[in-house]
Amino acid sequence: MPEISVTVNGVKHQEEVEPRLLLVHLLRERLRLTGTHVGCDTSQCGACTIVLDGKSVKSCTVLAVQADGSELLTIEGLGKDGLHPVQQGFWDQHGLQCGYCTPGMIMAAYQLLQDDSDPSEEAIRHGLRGNLCRCTGYQNIVRAVQQAARTTS
Amino acid sequence: MTTQERPPKLIGEPIKRREDPRLITGQGSYVDDLQPLGTLHLVIVRSPYAHARVTGIDVSAARNAPGVVAVLTPDDVQQSTEPVPVAAQLEGMHMPLRHALTGGVVKFVGEPVVAIVAEDRYLAADAAELVEVEYEELPAVIDPEQALEGGPLVHDDLGTNLCVVSPIGDAEAAARAVEGAEVVIKQRLMNQRLIPNPIEPRAVLAHYEPGPGTLTVWSSTQIPHLLKTLLSACARVPEQLVRVVAPDVGGGFGCKLNVYPEEILAALASRRLERPVKFVETRQENYVATIHGRDLIGHVELGAKRDGTIVGYRIKIIADIGAYQHLLTAAIPTLTALMLQGVYKIPALSGEIVEVFTNKTPTDAYRGAGRPEATYYLERCMDLLAAELGMDPVELRRKNFIGASEFPFDTQTGLVYDSGDYEAALDKALAIVDYDDFRKEQTRLQEEGRYLGVGFSTYVEICGVGPSSALPAGGWEAGTVRVERTGKVTVLTGVSPHGQGEETSFAQIAAERLGVGIEDVTVIHGDTAQVSAGIGTFGSRSLAVGGTALVMSLDKIEAKAKRFAAHAMEVQADDLEFEAGQVYVKDAPEKTISLPEIATLAYNAVDLPPDTEPGLEATSYYEPGNFTFPFGTHVAVVEVDTESGVIDLQRFISVDDCGNIINPLIVEGQIHGGLAQGIAQALYEEAVYDANGQLLSGSLMDYAVPRADQLPSFELATTVTPTGVNPLGAKGVGEAGTIGSTPAIVNAVVDALSPLGVQHIEMMLRPERVLDAIQTAKGGAR
Repeated sequence: MPEISVTVNGVKHQEEVEPRLLLVHLLRERLRLTGTHVGCDTSQCGACTIVLDGKSVKSCTVLAVQADGSELLTIEGLGKDGLHPVQQGFWDQHGLQCGYCTPGMIMAAYQLLQDDSDPSEEAIRHGLRGNLCRCTGYQNIVRAVQQAARTTS
Repeated sequence: MTTQERPPKLIGEPIKRREDPRLITGQGSYVDDLQPLGTLHLVIVRSPYAHARVTGIDVSAARNAPGVVAVLTPDDVQQSTEPVPVAAQLEGMHMPLRHALTGGVVKFVGEPVVAIVAEDRYLAADAAELVEVEYEELPAVIDPEQALEGGPLVHDDLGTNLCVVSPIGDAEAAARAVEGAEVVIKQRLMNQRLIPNPIEPRAVLAHYEPGPGTLTVWSSTQIPHLLKTLLSACARVPEQLVRVVAPDVGGGFGCKLNVYPEEILAALASRRLERPVKFVETRQENYVATIHGRDLIGHVELGAKRDGTIVGYRIKIIADIGAYQHLLTAAIPTLTALMLQGVYKIPALSGEIVEVFTNKTPTDAYRGAGRPEATYYLERCMDLLAAELGMDPVELRRKNFIGASEFPFDTQTGLVYDSGDYEAALDKALAIVDYDDFRKEQTRLQEEGRYLGVGFSTYVEICGVGPSSALPAGGWEAGTVRVERTGKVTVLTGVSPHGQGEETSFAQIAAERLGVGIEDVTVIHGDTAQVSAGIGTFGSRSLAVGGTALVMSLDKIEAKAKRFAAHAMEVQADDLEFEAGQVYVKDAPEKTISLPEIATLAYNAVDLPPDTEPGLEATSYYEPGNFTFPFGTHVAVVEVDTESGVIDLQRFISVDDCGNIINPLIVEGQIHGGLAQGIAQALYEEAVYDANGQLLSGSLMDYAVPRADQLPSFELATTVTPTGVNPLGAKGVGEAGTIGSTPAIVNAVVDALSPLGVQHIEMMLRPERVLDAIQTAKGGAR
């Protein structure tokens, strides 16, 4: 079995993996980082979104072997030193209900703000179109990202 | 007490949710996050056919595949378990039962046939590929009207596809009124099949421990206590040895208000193998094997006088319930029947609800559950009538409203509406949309060839579900308050929130009443080993019913605290007031004793008041005396591109009245989410089957759950008309958004296109249908 090396939330891991193992399963089942969720099987819902080498990716559509040598950031790493402004925004603005899409949504929003620190409402809605939420109707998610943009810029 | 000592007001305040810190940091705990040592994975082999005879099952290769621990087959499962439970049983109803695995004849795509249990999910999926099932395909019946008219039989032995017919109202009176009316609107209105799509698919983890003989089941469910009872029967484990836990649950919307074959199979497998067994649904499975919602054809007739006064309403509803009943399937269309009258005075009304089997996934409760359909039928009729009479749709509604002074109001369907002020909500919505100005602007833009429309929906829904006489397993709810020795407070509730925020709203109620900080209250739910009894979260009932059980327990705590205080202070309990965590003497308010002091007295128990037990804990069961009836007005503003058929939803105004509000932040969130789903029914979502019973919209690529850029920001307002049904005055808000919004959208689109002669378009309003309607109205096929 191939051996890979990944740095997740600043911690380096060496793992022997089957070539078919999905990155999300490596994170959830081997590394026990269960904050990253699985919501579909067609890369549509975005619940599994993480940041891989500075890009938000759907970790259900990346093989663990493809992540060899990469730096990964998951929801568990985002708020290591207190809540990140995006997390704070989701809390303050009631940007979540059941919470299942939330880690993926937060990671997508985090990367969105890395790429554009002052997005318009339209840009936020467009930028998050890869992440489905069935609870909130997105309005408070938009507010959450706007708050995060205000507090980080 | 002085005002300075008074703790902060919590009830009615937008307190940030206490659930959120764990959920935004990845520390939530959903079923698939649990991985007890030795967990096995269960994977299902499902029918690829809508209707077929199973002529052979060969599992030998699968049994020998790497990592496979067990293979369950239909014969085995049918002998070892009870059938999948059906709770809603109507008079004269056919109730074909199925077991967790089907052998003989499969009746919908996705029906479970074989289960594989293996060491991990990859190996289980590999082995499932090796199972060989031979099918002899049978003709399938997909269209419910065809199913009634002699199409192929779903259940041969029944000799009919008719499940049940339920009448409501006075058919003769309604017939006389409609047939004698000056104006009659007749229309066939489709309320299409929807797929609930919680972002967390179903998941279950069953763990049988042979030592104590206990079965612990973690399930992504809305009803842990009902699941405990039903699963104990299905899996044949004595109920007192079954514990069900609903940990964090990633959305339900009604589809997790059920007992599913996979829960039975996981329990059976764990009992046999004496190891934890987990099943996690894939999204594709979710589309075919989790219940669907709606799917009601309504043939409506609304009779009125020329001045717009409604004289009669009758409807025939054909409900396509799919291949089998699930837990509450047959009852859902009866909720449509109960709510037929809506917000209007209708002197004669009747309905006939015909429930039909087809070779499709079973339907059951999906957010709104019967009420969106009732609202859609009546609110579309009102706009059709307004158009026929050349009357303003707002004035037509106003003319027929049940007046604010007429409550409690007896409906033709046997309900008693508790309270309402329908005009107040309408007026508020009109002010926000600036109706008169909009009409002028609409006319002006029309001259430029632009088609804008405004659509109204004035709705009432039935919530706070409900009196036990109306539910198959009781409609009460239970709640416990325990003041701990230290004065900290534990609340246990039988409702099972999965996004609705009761860890916060219930803590607000308890903390304010007991005068402790909200951080000193913990709300526990979803674990049958901790919470002794409950029904669950559905039917917008958690606050109205579960919250009332909490209030009753707080009342008992207060009374008992007074007894301890009276004894300690050597006064009569009647001379004491309990306020915000302090008991004081009415005539000498400086004489106080605090809740923690009382807790110490209660638990140390060295000097008990007469006839008083130690401890400071109270449990209550609340049986509602009636449902509650929230209401409101929804308004949509759209522009339709008549070249492309694309609809631009420009504004959505939602004025809702859910009675008293405990946490406005949570109420707003509930409305937002409901609106998204209701708007999506009008614009984006439709379960589509082909003639063979294959679900064409069988994935998130083919079924359009709305994305962030497909919805506008909503404009919300409230009116507050408390209910007298419960002491909180709260009515419930979980489903309102889905109930009012859908017809507002369709009405707006038809309003936009009415200058072109368009009178109706069936949902969902995809561009192709919009263009067809325009072409047909112009008098030619496209």
